Amino acid sequence: MKISGAEIFIESLKKEGVKHIFGYPGGVVLNIFDALHDEKDLQLILTRHEQGAVHAADGYARASGKAGVVLVTSGPGATNTVTGIATASMDSIPLVVFSGQVPTLLIGNDAFQEADIVGITRPCTKYNYLVKDVKDLARIIKEAFHIATTGRPGPVLIDLPKDVTSGKTEFVWPESVSMTTYKPTYEGNRYMINQAAHMIAKAKKPVIVAGGGVIASGAARELKELAEYADVPVTMTLMGLGGFPGSHRLSLGMPGMHGTYYANRAIQESDLLVAVGMRFDDRVTGKISAFAPNAKIVHIDIDPTSIRKNVRVDVPIVGDVKRVLSVMNKVLKEEVSDQWQEVRKAWLKQVDAWKKERPLTYNRETDIIKPQYVVEKIYELTKGDAIIATEVGQNQMWASQFYRYDKPRTLLSSGGLGTMGYGLPAAIGAQFAFPHKLVIDIAGDGSIQMNIQELATAVINKLPVKVAILNNRYLGMVRQWQELFFQERYAHTKLDETVPDFVKIAEAYNAVGLRATKKSEVEPVLKEAFSIKRPVMMDFVVDWKEKVYPMVPAGAAIDEMLFAEDEKKSEKKLKAVK
Amino acid sequence: MRHTISVLVENKFGVLSRVSGLFSGRGYNIESLSVGETIDPNVSVMTIVTSGDDWIIEQITKQLNKLIDVIKVVDMTELDHVEREMVLIKVAPRAEDKAEVLRLAEIFRGRVVDSSPKTYTIEMTGDEKKIAAIVELLRPMGIKEFVRTGKIAIAREGIKKA
Ligand SMILES: Cc1ncc(C[n+]2csc(CCOP(=O)(O)OP(=O)(O)O)c2C)c(N)n1
Ligand SMILES: [Mg+2]
Repeated sequence: MKISGAEIFIESLKKEGVKHIFGYPGGVVLNIFDALHDEKDLQLILTRHEQGAVHAADGYARASGKAGVVLVTSGPGATNTVTGIATASMDSIPLVVFSGQVPTLLIGNDAFQEADIVGITRPCTKYNYLVKDVKDLARIIKEAFHIATTGRPGPVLIDLPKDVTSGKTEFVWPESVSMTTYKPTYEGNRYMINQAAHMIAKAKKPVIVAGGGVIASGAARELKELAEYADVPVTMTLMGLGGFPGSHRLSLGMPGMHGTYYANRAIQESDLLVAVGMRFDDRVTGKISAFAPNAKIVHIDIDPTSIRKNVRVDVPIVGDVKRVLSVMNKVLKEEVSDQWQEVRKAWLKQVDAWKKERPLTYNRETDIIKPQYVVEKIYELTKGDAIIATEVGQNQMWASQFYRYDKPRTLLSSGGLGTMGYGLPAAIGAQFAFPHKLVIDIAGDGSIQMNIQELATAVINKLPVKVAILNNRYLGMVRQWQELFFQERYAHTKLDETVPDFVKIAEAYNAVGLRATKKSEVEPVLKEAFSIKRPVMMDFVVDWKEKVYPMVPAGAAIDEMLFAEDEKKSEKKLKAVK
Repeated sequence: MRHTISVLVENKFGVLSRVSGLFSGRGYNIESLSVGETIDPNVSVMTIVTSGDDWIIEQITKQLNKLIDVIKVVDMTELDHVEREMVLIKVAPRAEDKAEVLRLAEIFRGRVVDSSPKTYTIEMTGDEKKIAAIVELLRPMGIKEFVRTGKIAIAREGIKKA
């Protein structure tokens, strides 16, 4: 029996096990929306902006590990997805984005609502397709999910001309994918793994740097086994937080620009770095030539282009992190004598001394609300058992520093692209994947305004999503740079009286709005919010002067850190760095 | 250093822009690029001449390999190989230089493929040095137009460069 392209779209998604599509309608996708209208097993969630739809699918994917799915119309609908797609691409998040397109005969004619979305998204997708014949549709959808979710995951876009979705053909679902040119390497080279295991055994001051690859490949258990067995401290990049328990005795927290003193010191002193599923982003390495000067580097990653891109590598291992680590653990246990116990004691003692010397801290003595205090309270009240989304800026860094992520997929944050406006829609997506979990967007007053319309999506779908705005009335992170590097000239970062009344906004959307202006109000507000089974937006009026510390100025080595405790001394140091 | 990289790709629309986009997006330089079908009409070969240090060339070949439409990447510079390029040169010599132009074409095994009362068009194939040489010799006679195909390259059979 012949069915339409729109029906093939639906049947194919069902075959892929898709339950939720985030989207927004328009002219050339009307027939797909119509076909979806009576579907019971496939829910279309209407967001209030296509960017919100993509971030929601992204949050869904990060929280669940499954590909997020998006459906939008042509032209402006498609171009509105670009920021979301680029966000997912930078962080290797699996998405399949369907965009409507004008009929094939009109393509290239500057038709109404035509945009060359395949051309526009080529550099920010893992792959993209323009479907030219309805007969190819099922195969292309199958391939798209395969490409998005295997190897180094990423977003795939499928452009669907109107006549393709209205055209009819037999539905033939390919049982398997045969792509001769796409074959990711999963098994690491055995010789290299052996070598790495021996280096770990012999190292005096090893450090593991865990990235998003640990979470993508589901390797948290293998990583913990390695760290505990070989007694190696672990630092987690922003994308790696949760890949290793943040409250573990071996955890060093996050490294890099706003990393902990002890993570950065440990990296700089180490004689062996084991980089696991991370890509040596400049926010992690600081000045490359001064990064980990004494360390040999073992680099495990599924993407060969990540290896030797930014730093020299002594032992490159291309493969799936989970598989490589499980072989490495086996080699360590069976073939290498555990001679490291003694030397490691000294190293861990040193690391602990650093932890005591300069823990993450802030002034706890004030009555004014310190933003870090809000994050700490959230951690305390949720006992770490929540899914945290973040916006971008200071709020994001405090959410990374003062909340300990013990499990993978509990922090959703735009790392690579740093997209303001990511958090709320991402939290909504995660809430669809986990209806019974507490999902909280830790937000800034600037960022939240970039996708605040998605409150409507939360309300209409009765999602108990929580938003905690660390309201400093500034584009705080930019203000921080202006204070430190631009002689306190706050060019266009002061929002102040233009910051809207978030409580009223929440109420206007039929959500709940709460506010705290004093430290003593923080806990009651959070408790109340967590007890309400509806969307709640909390406005925490925090100290606008607060800065994120430690801080490594851009271009400095990661052990050239500035600290809150000695702002005066920092000024001198800054001048020296400049 | 300069490298000649041969890239086998699926013959689909959009592939050229994926490859060229990779170069432009990452700030790598393309000195020349030629594309054509292979014996198998589903497969095209691109010959790309680029330059960079070992790190950059390693990244370029890895990034090319990562593209889903790419079948195979060979850095010809690492192999014993033959490189050729074709040029068409339209020369407008003075009357007294006409004989010299024809003589040069012959010496370089070029062919005159078009002539008019004022011009000769010479077709010539060769490696970079040979092309540079004829251009230098013809330049004083008045080159009116000059087009080149970009390099193509093929590995020699059975011999690995020492
Ligand atoms: C879409 C986008 N535009 C601009 C920036 C640059 N930027 C980074 S942080 C920041 C300020 C964010 O302000 P806010 O959300 O209030 O967070 P805060 O730093 O105050 O916590 C800006 C403008 C960005 N990351 N994303
Ligand atoms: Mg702010």
